[in-house]
Amino acid sequence: MIVDILVTVIAAATPLLFAATGELVAERAGVLNLGVEGMMIVGAVAAFAVTLTTGSATLGIAAAALAGLVLALAFGVLTLTLLSNQVATGLALTIFGLGLSSLAGANFVGRPVAKLPELDIAGLSDLPVLGPLLFGHDVLVYLAVAATFGVAWFLKYARAGMILRAVGENADSAHAIGYDVIRVRYMAVLFGGAMAGLGGAFLSLSYTPMWIEGMTAGRGWIALALVVFASWRPLRVLAGAYLFGGVTILQLYAQGAGGIGIPTQFLSMLPYLATILVLTLIAAGRGRRLDAPAGLGKPFRAAG
Amino acid sequence: MPRFEPRPEIDRVVLYTTPLLAVALTVVAGFFIFLAIGKDPLLTLYHFFISPVRDLYGLSELGVKAAPLILIATGLALGFRANVWNIGAEGQLTMGAIAGGGIALLFWNQEGFWILPLMCLAGIAGGMAYAAIPAFLKTRFGVNEILVSLMLTYVATLFLSVLVYGPWKDPQGFNFPQTRMFSASAQLPIILEYTRLHIGALVALAVAVAAWVIMSHTLIGLQIRTVGQAPRAAAFAGFDRNRTIWACLLASGGLAGLAGLFEVAGPIGQLIPILTPGYGFTAIIVAFLGRLHPIGIIFAGLLMALSYIGGENAQVEVGLPQAVTGVFQGLLLFFLLATDFLTRYRLRRPAAGTSRADARA
Repeated sequence: MIVDILVTVIAAATPLLFAATGELVAERAGVLNLGVEGMMIVGAVAAFAVTLTTGSATLGIAAAALAGLVLALAFGVLTLTLLSNQVATGLALTIFGLGLSSLAGANFVGRPVAKLPELDIAGLSDLPVLGPLLFGHDVLVYLAVAATFGVAWFLKYARAGMILRAVGENADSAHAIGYDVIRVRYMAVLFGGAMAGLGGAFLSLSYTPMWIEGMTAGRGWIALALVVFASWRPLRVLAGAYLFGGVTILQLYAQGAGGIGIPTQFLSMLPYLATILVLTLIAAGRGRRLDAPAGLGKPFRAAG
Repeated sequence: MPRFEPRPEIDRVVLYTTPLLAVALTVVAGFFIFLAIGKDPLLTLYHFFISPVRDLYGLSELGVKAAPLILIATGLALGFRANVWNIGAEGQLTMGAIAGGGIALLFWNQEGFWILPLMCLAGIAGGMAYAAIPAFLKTRFGVNEILVSLMLTYVATLFLSVLVYGPWKDPQGFNFPQTRMFSASAQLPIILEYTRLHIGALVALAVAVAAWVIMSHTLIGLQIRTVGQAPRAAAFAGFDRNRTIWACLLASGGLAGLAGLFEVAGPIGQLIPILTPGYGFTAIIVAFLGRLHPIGIIFAGLLMALSYIGGENAQVEVGLPQAVTGVFQGLLLFFLLATDFLTRYRLRRPAAGTSRADARA
């Protein structure tokens, strides 16, 4: 029973982990992209449509990453090249993505797709407790965790990661030393888009698995909150995603158990209320200093 | 690659013509989208933008849909100017509708001129109270108001659902998730016979004009603009940032709540699980399209109302998927933000000595 619950927690956490890790990289480079929800849902519909029409989940996953990347590119052109307001542009991306996904997905509503295959290693996957927890997931679950560790390593030890952080902390200094601020920021934003797309792919190919309009249901926004919760550190994103996955699953089980006498809608509120509570505790605990990248949200344009 | 240079100051003419350019670009994009999904583009554009408003009824519907957008966007624009990002207007709208609708249901079997004003007050109070949550968390703890106000939108929708599926369900409603119809005293007067155009449209206009006067002629207006544009200058002038945050969130929340009350006391006439096709979010686009200026917002609100009616009309006439409206709205905001660039930058002129940048070089 406990093992079953933990397995579902991992599944609920995976889309959040993808989206939050991607957004974290963009924010560490100084770009606040509020379009995560839009990139995620376009990824979800792209993954589903391509998997259903080609029969290949691999192509579907690639399409999701590409779709998220294309939307992120639009965001990049607007905010980095044309210097539009990052908050407004991110919102536009979300509104556009929600509309585009329901337009593109109209023909796919209610159609089934094979769930992503789960890892099955003879011996290991059959182990009690550890088998289902560690060796029984699909490829995206492992990819999300690996990407998070990869990002953690990249930001801390890779030279490019240090450049990225420098750009996010102080774009003018980074530019003065000779780094191409805009190029670095484009890369970070595109990575964020591809990761959000993958998070969407997990929703429509594994978590549900089907296409439902608006199926991200605010997960992109929760991912944004997770980045704050994690104070912009990748491994804390990992912890946060599993915590939020836990809250999501907890309310599902409570609903299943007859709702313990209260309307199920109150339980459905829990992930959203938990997000607010956590954000408040974080902010209250640390005063006004949230460890945000110093250049977050500030546009940069090379002089001359 | 053409080179751009910053304009010494924002060009007013460009500022007010770029929204038209953005609209034109959106129409062009629409042409190709229709072509891509196999619809006759010109016919579809006609049914989207022209045929819905060819008669008086169509025009009245424009007013019905523009009213909530204008009300909400006017409030949001105040905040956006001060860098206060209330993204949860949809939730505040829902809470206003619940509070005001609750009054209507409380007095469902009574008549009285006092019911409607009481509902309006409750609607405003409901929206304000809900917006007070992000205001409190922002000013007291420094919590990001974008995320809080947005999360509360999901909570408000679920709360409405609790009520209409539960205690507030119409006892004679065949178990449908809806409340009783409001009594005649609890419904907004119609200002044009045989249409749904209600008095809320006039209120929306009046509010926009009032906001214009407040923003351009009063100290609080100056305070909001300064806090947004020059926070340090605002601090030196003694303008309290926290008070500005409270004012912006309460004003936008109250107006969103009033808009929600107008929806349930006007076109809908009862509480149902889904009150609007996302007016609270579309109003964000309206605010930007209107250049955060109340008069611009009136025009932008009418245009966005047209996108809703046009979307519905094109759905009936040529079978266009309803989701196209959302795509259009997103594209419009994209194009607007892109053309914004032209208000702050201009093509570098080849002739020397014509601009400050050249003089410096």
